[in-house]
Amino acid sequence: MTKKYDAIVIGAGHNGLTNGAYLAKAGMKVLMVEKNDFIGGATVSLELYKDDWKYSNCSYVCSLLRPEVYRSLNLAKYGLQIVPYGGSATIAQNGDYIGSYVDPDVARREVARHSHRDADATVRYDRDIMRQCRFIRQFLLRTPPDPTSFKPRDLLEMMYMGKEAMKLGEDLIYDTMRFYTMSISDFLDEYFENPLVKASHSGSGIIGSALGVMSPGTAYVLLHHAMGDVDGSMGAWGFARGGMGAIADAMQGCFTEYGGQTVTGSGVKQIIVKNGRAKGVVLENGDEYFADVVVSNLTLPRTFLECMDPKDLDPGFLKKVRNFKIRGSSGKLNIALDGLPRFTALPEGSELARGDMHLIDSTERLERAYDDWKNGIWSQDPYIDMLIPSLTDPTMTPPGKHFMSVFVQYVPPKVHGKDWTDDQVHQFGQTVINQIEEYAPGFKDLILHVEIRTPRELEDEVGLTAGNIFQGELTMDQLLFNRPLPGFAQYRGPVRGMYMCGSSTSPGGGVMAAPGANAAREILGDLRKTNTVPEGWLDD
Amino acid sequence: MRTVNFSQHDHYRNAVFPSPFHARQKEHNQLREWSRWSDYLSVPAYWCADMEYFAGRNACGVFDITPMVKHLVTGPDALPYLNRLMTRDVSKIKPGRVGYSVWCNEQGRVIDDGTIFHLEEGVYRICSQEHQIDWFMTNTLGFDVNIVEDTHDVAALAVQGPTSCAILKDMGLQGIEDLTPFGLTYFDFEGTQLMVSRTGYTGDLGYELWIGPDHAERLWDRLFDAGKHRGIKAMGSDALELLRIEAGFILAGVDFLPAMEAVRPSHTRSPFELGLGWLVHFDKGVFNGRRALQEEKEKGSRFHLVKLDIDGNKPANQSFVFTKDEKFAGTVTSAMWSPSAKASIALASLEAPHGKSDSRLELQGHSPLQQ
Repeated sequence: MTKKYDAIVIGAGHNGLTNGAYLAKAGMKVLMVEKNDFIGGATVSLELYKDDWKYSNCSYVCSLLRPEVYRSLNLAKYGLQIVPYGGSATIAQNGDYIGSYVDPDVARREVARHSHRDADATVRYDRDIMRQCRFIRQFLLRTPPDPTSFKPRDLLEMMYMGKEAMKLGEDLIYDTMRFYTMSISDFLDEYFENPLVKASHSGSGIIGSALGVMSPGTAYVLLHHAMGDVDGSMGAWGFARGGMGAIADAMQGCFTEYGGQTVTGSGVKQIIVKNGRAKGVVLENGDEYFADVVVSNLTLPRTFLECMDPKDLDPGFLKKVRNFKIRGSSGKLNIALDGLPRFTALPEGSELARGDMHLIDSTERLERAYDDWKNGIWSQDPYIDMLIPSLTDPTMTPPGKHFMSVFVQYVPPKVHGKDWTDDQVHQFGQTVINQIEEYAPGFKDLILHVEIRTPRELEDEVGLTAGNIFQGELTMDQLLFNRPLPGFAQYRGPVRGMYMCGSSTSPGGGVMAAPGANAAREILGDLRKTNTVPEGWLDD
Repeated sequence: MRTVNFSQHDHYRNAVFPSPFHARQKEHNQLREWSRWSDYLSVPAYWCADMEYFAGRNACGVFDITPMVKHLVTGPDALPYLNRLMTRDVSKIKPGRVGYSVWCNEQGRVIDDGTIFHLEEGVYRICSQEHQIDWFMTNTLGFDVNIVEDTHDVAALAVQGPTSCAILKDMGLQGIEDLTPFGLTYFDFEGTQLMVSRTGYTGDLGYELWIGPDHAERLWDRLFDAGKHRGIKAMGSDALELLRIEAGFILAGVDFLPAMEAVRPSHTRSPFELGLGWLVHFDKGVFNGRRALQEEKEKGSRFHLVKLDIDGNKPANQSFVFTKDEKFAGTVTSAMWSPSAKASIALASLEAPHGKSDSRLELQGHSPLQQ
């Protein structure tokens, strides 16, 4: 295998693959380097229990994946299909539940069952969330401007953002400023009166975030979960057929067809820098590969603190990297089930079991779960976002058997300041299983196999620093032109020829592929090559 | 008896409910096609929309309006409350009278339109297209007023057309001929109360009948029995749509976007922009949107709703309107071939200043038209 490439991409997660695919599409000779024996990063489907059982081991549902990336990389050709799932359920301790149904009239009546007023208020709530989504979506596939720069492109981009903001109108500008800074709990209080109705909307405000529902900034996190779509239905989520790994597989299919090459099984030991220029990489196994463009899809700290020689970097820059807010807050259980669990609160045969299910009654209970995290322990009464994809996707398990994805919050990166022990990982798993058993008696007896992932496993296997699923907190101080760091939001690293394309960069985490695409556009621009990356997005 | 019950955990198994008139609608519905209107099954056309339209214009068409959202407003402050909520002066609507009105948000944009029935001194029914309880309750602050939505407790039929009065008279509603437009009165109907209002959505002679759901089928039977020699016909929503456009009545969600649902704030409309300036009474004191509407009145509106008379015989649905020099002027919101006027007509929302002065505009894909 030749050692010299036009570009090397480190980390075959969905952003790395997207980036590599666009570079290869532009005619570059690209090498993808992946530390694991398999590609996908956190967008992966592994078979850990027998051969015919597929898990979505990390990310588990899809909505944010930009449709223009899907289209321009022709992912359908490589087997990708995103299937929307219907509805969701929030199950309370008192045996009641609130469902979110696809049918608008049924959905309204279900909210009205809990609060007549809240059923009407949902119209206003949906409208306001939609307004914010429409505003932000157009910026996802654009490189953030540097507000301190006087370069024409930055000035033009600032003007573009200003113009779009002005289009919102007076009241919406006020609302937007408030929305980006307030807590999800306060935000929901402005619309709803019923605790269960509020609880049903609140989870999206904290998923993946080391913040509580009452922490300022969590309203934006909700938006981050609502700004995607499945086939134009904004806020809808779906399954990737065959598990989330199907997304990475499709991207790699495209990458490979454009001539991209991939080496797996050994991570990058160091990015080679010569005379202030990135020149290639050395792998853990000693192999060296050379290129004038090196793109890191790793987290910000992993890239600069673990894969680069500090002497090649500015100490001030390194200090900022160390201060980057990237804290693990979640864990995950992937469970093989011998049959379908029966949640007693849900009516027999409820369609809602096909969607996301949560075990929570109120924002207060959710805040208490966060208190445990602050105290250095996993939530003893955890928030759970669980799905059974095999009810929708028959390719996941043998007939009649099921795969259950259980996302859990809050889970600290360290337990009382110390590394996780195997015993603690097991105990954490039991806490979650017991919690589910309470709502679905007999659940334990159905379990055939469990994969338990705390931030420790997420960091060790996937490479997510501290187990933060978004490669860094999604708070205003780390968004847009401040992501990952002020002055470095345009995907260029501090060393020439070195770029960043992971979720640590704008517009942030989730299986969106926007950072990877935006970084590719910048690289191609620097090399004066024909741009292969779509830009911007207009909703009608 | 409530016609729609969603108090049970598994109410979702009923995505849509039969109306209290369903058994009778089913007998008449030869096409076996059903549509949905909010919580209920509705009929687009029983046999032929055009024939049903002509029943409404020429004899009598009967349309089920049970799904319309209904609220009951009571309490000592009911009148001042409604005067705060509505743009028109509700004190002018005396007991036994009905008034059309709109209500706005503080920007003076229309949230919905509907009818106010002054059922008896201090007791009002508000009928609307959209669900309004959250907005109505938000506005109760400082008022001693009680509001309930009673949509599912009342069955209602629109009985529209030139023979409607005679049919109701034959059905035994003595003195119905004395009911003036926008009047309402009560009759005894087989031991229960039947309310009749001289209202409708067709621009023709017509009535609306309001009764407890338990008596719905009996009311239908008596009505159709009385009307069998006067051309009575069950009428579907397609026919009603033709009748209301011809009468120039606007429809929420079609001719304007209710402000609560408008993701794009510029897509909302004020009463003036819907040609409903006559419903805005500045002389009655404070009401929602007053300041914004006052300002609009002085500075001018952004849009005008116009009625178009279009050359040719093709309905102009979903057309764009241009000036003679091909500048964009607005969009057609509702359109039809009018069998009564023998003309292609439409409602359109035009950007100001168009619609005030132009006498001739162009439609995309259409020949020049007259306004």
